[in-house]
Amino acid sequence: MQLVYIILPFALLLAGIALAAFVWSARTGQFDDLETPGHRVLFDDTESGPRDKDA
Amino acid sequence: MRALRRAWSWRTEVGALRFTDTRPRAARGSADEDVGRATGCVHCGLPLPSEPVRDDAGRRFCCTGCLTVFGVLGAAGLEDFYRLRGDAPGARAEVSGRGFEELDDPAFLARHVRRTSGDEPGRAGRVQAELYVEGVHCSACIWLVERLPRFVPGVVRAELDFGRRIVRVEYAPDRVRLSAVARGLDRLGYPPHPVLGQSARAARRREERRELVRLGIAGALAMNAMLIAFALYGGILSGMEADMRTFLRGGSLLLALAAVLGPGRTFLRGGWAALRTRTAHMDLPIALGLVAGIVGGAVNTVLGIGEVYFESVALLVFFLLVGRYLQGRQQRSAQDALELMHALTPARARRIDPVSGVVQEVPSEALQPGDRIELRAGDLVPADATLEAGTTTVDRALLSGESRPVPAGPGDALFAGCTNLAGRVEARVTAVGGETRIGGLMALVQDAAARKAPSVRFADRMAGRFTWTLLGLAAVTLALWWPRSPAAAMEHAVALLIVACPCALGLATPLAIVAAVGKAARRGILVQGGEALERLSRPGRIFLDKTGTLTAPRPVARQVHGDASEADWIHALEATSSHPLAAAVCAALEPALPGRGSAADGLVDVEERLGRGLVGRWHGEPVAVGSPALLAELGVDVAGLDLDALLEAGGTPVLAARDGRLVAAFAVGSVLFQGAEHEVAALRARGWRVGILSGDHPEVVSQVGAALGLDPADVHGGVTPEGKLAAVEAALASARELAGDDEPAPVVMVGDGVNDAAALAAATVGVAVCGGAEASLAAADVYMGRPGLGDLGALLDGAARTRGVIRRGLSASLVYNSTAAGLAMAGLINPIWAAILMPLSSLTVVSLAYRSRTFDPAG
Repeated sequence: MQLVYIILPFALLLAGIALAAFVWSARTGQFDDLETPGHRVLFDDTESGPRDKDA
Repeated sequence: MRALRRAWSWRTEVGALRFTDTRPRAARGSADEDVGRATGCVHCGLPLPSEPVRDDAGRRFCCTGCLTVFGVLGAAGLEDFYRLRGDAPGARAEVSGRGFEELDDPAFLARHVRRTSGDEPGRAGRVQAELYVEGVHCSACIWLVERLPRFVPGVVRAELDFGRRIVRVEYAPDRVRLSAVARGLDRLGYPPHPVLGQSARAARRREERRELVRLGIAGALAMNAMLIAFALYGGILSGMEADMRTFLRGGSLLLALAAVLGPGRTFLRGGWAALRTRTAHMDLPIALGLVAGIVGGAVNTVLGIGEVYFESVALLVFFLLVGRYLQGRQQRSAQDALELMHALTPARARRIDPVSGVVQEVPSEALQPGDRIELRAGDLVPADATLEAGTTTVDRALLSGESRPVPAGPGDALFAGCTNLAGRVEARVTAVGGETRIGGLMALVQDAAARKAPSVRFADRMAGRFTWTLLGLAAVTLALWWPRSPAAAMEHAVALLIVACPCALGLATPLAIVAAVGKAARRGILVQGGEALERLSRPGRIFLDKTGTLTAPRPVARQVHGDASEADWIHALEATSSHPLAAAVCAALEPALPGRGSAADGLVDVEERLGRGLVGRWHGEPVAVGSPALLAELGVDVAGLDLDALLEAGGTPVLAARDGRLVAAFAVGSVLFQGAEHEVAALRARGWRVGILSGDHPEVVSQVGAALGLDPADVHGGVTPEGKLAAVEAALASARELAGDDEPAPVVMVGDGVNDAAALAAATVGVAVCGGAEASLAAADVYMGRPGLGDLGALLDGAARTRGVIRRGLSASLVYNSTAAGLAMAGLINPIWAAILMPLSSLTVVSLAYRSRTFDPAG
């Protein structure tokens, strides 16, 4: 049972890391447009798109 | 949810396309062979007109716009567009062919273009601009717009936000100008518009992110509090060491405290504000429960006695924030949509350079008093100005509600927001921005909005009674248990405050409104701020603007007399003018014309006689179309005509003469929208008192009122914007008087013009109708995407049903609350029961809200 004293803070730490990742992604605008990327992912990449040129 | 469904249906479409057509690409034939087989327009797939436009290879198009886009795509090797699109419904390509020079104005660039964040190497010196694009309707459009760098050298990246129709273009300003970028988009059939209110939208986006972060934090805290709670439930059921229990309780105390002081702070603040101002608000009982849960639990944790409800507290914060987040999101997207609609009103002007005399397109904000501007036929007047050269007629319908255009000559004043109808004129700007007549009206709108009495939401009114009941019950619990054990009495009273905390009650209203507003948006009714729906749920008074609401904004020929053989030249002559009467005659003749276009060849010497009509020569013969006065002046004998019959039929007579003989006559006037009588009757059957407030001529207005069977006392014509505002405010005052202490009956204003804006803002609910002026959109609570009254009935029905949903949700949650309160008072509750009851009640409310049929057509 003594293990709980270690495991619980550790679980909270893990949750905290996940939360920090979420906060980061929300703040960088990754949840701003939830519609377009769903369409975009289906296009064939046979020809070079604007992104490829940029890279 | 909706976005998800749309994306999904598209996915299956593309999937089918990809997997059924397994032949090698060469065997499939070129893209234009594929599309050439279609029976419709090669580009958009819509049905072809009787005389389609053809390209050199004989491919048929519905319009030159589609032909242009097809050519551009072929030249760039982007025929894949047609394959990607598959069977998605097409849309006619609208190519404006404009130059977009106004986008290169330094003042415009300074406001709308910003540097790309230069942290990535090689991206320095690039800038970013956002443009609203028309015509984007399917995923193939996304693909095409994002291929912009292939058409316009210098553009590095184009990213489309499909939901908002905004394309973010990144380009190198030393290689390409913004106007060239805009022309590129235009050539693809997506006319771009500069986006207004960019900073407001950015602020809303930041707010959205902040709320999402808050929601995420609350969720994480609640879930982890739940995790610890499960261990504690084990303790409740089968015992636990005191040390371990204190440790676990301490842990969840920290989590709950973080939830309440972090994301849950908004409820504490709201509750405190309600307490200080002595107004009832939903936040008050919520804050009471949160504080009781934290304080009571903390005492029990320190003393090592009783029960703790930390997981309930954390869950409460999370659930309530979900409701608020959804509501806020909906409101923001409605505001986005309305603002983007403003982008469609042209905000450009043609300025004449004082030195060189060159005409230059500039954004209207760049105009200064004293500038000379050019106005072509059909242009919106960008600022208040004095006409200096030329004569014209001006349509002031949006500004004053007058449906008849007024003639204007040198020295006459032109007001911003009017439309120049007849010819090219030059004018000197006298006032810009807030100094203009329209700016003054906007100030009136703000005043009216500030004076508007806030309406108390039904749920908030209930919350007041709820709080008192809750406190009363807590006192009763204390009194009942105190003699037996003061500790148990405190324990049960605290438990009562927590379990009866109105989680579902707080969710019921926002969710019902979010669901209803979402469904309304799918019907083209945009509701800004959910309160409007609540206020529309009871009948009251409704004022309708005439033009654009009851009658078509443009006049229509109601009677046509004459021989069809004369139709072609009359049409050709009238087509040279942008006067509404001419447009009405053209529209009436369209069915009589065999094909388009040839008659204009024989037409020469066309001259517009201001306010009277048009004269010209057609194959050598003198022709004229216009008022009886014009024809009399030309010596045409009109004695055989029954003018009175024409006047009775529809207002303005328009006559046509060829070679000195009268050959055709038209009765042109405003007509009621189809079904307007029926809709007005339906409104009255619902218990609304219907009236008309119009700036148009009183005679016309009273005719319309009589046709609709309205009480003449409620029908007012020739009303100024100030008069409309006064009428609405008088109605509001009398409604307040009648209601006494109750919520007064609503006063609704429906209109589309700038002259309606102040009344829209003052009314309990302002409804703007499709095609309205920017100012009326800004002032209204509801926007209906279709002209006429058809949607108004749907809106009122939907509002009444939404009220029903809210009430059902509130009663369902009250049942849970009273059950929990009863258990707590009897001392039977423990944290497990609390943790089961709360999500269950919230779930009931959620499903009630989303399963309701508030705006479904079947209703």
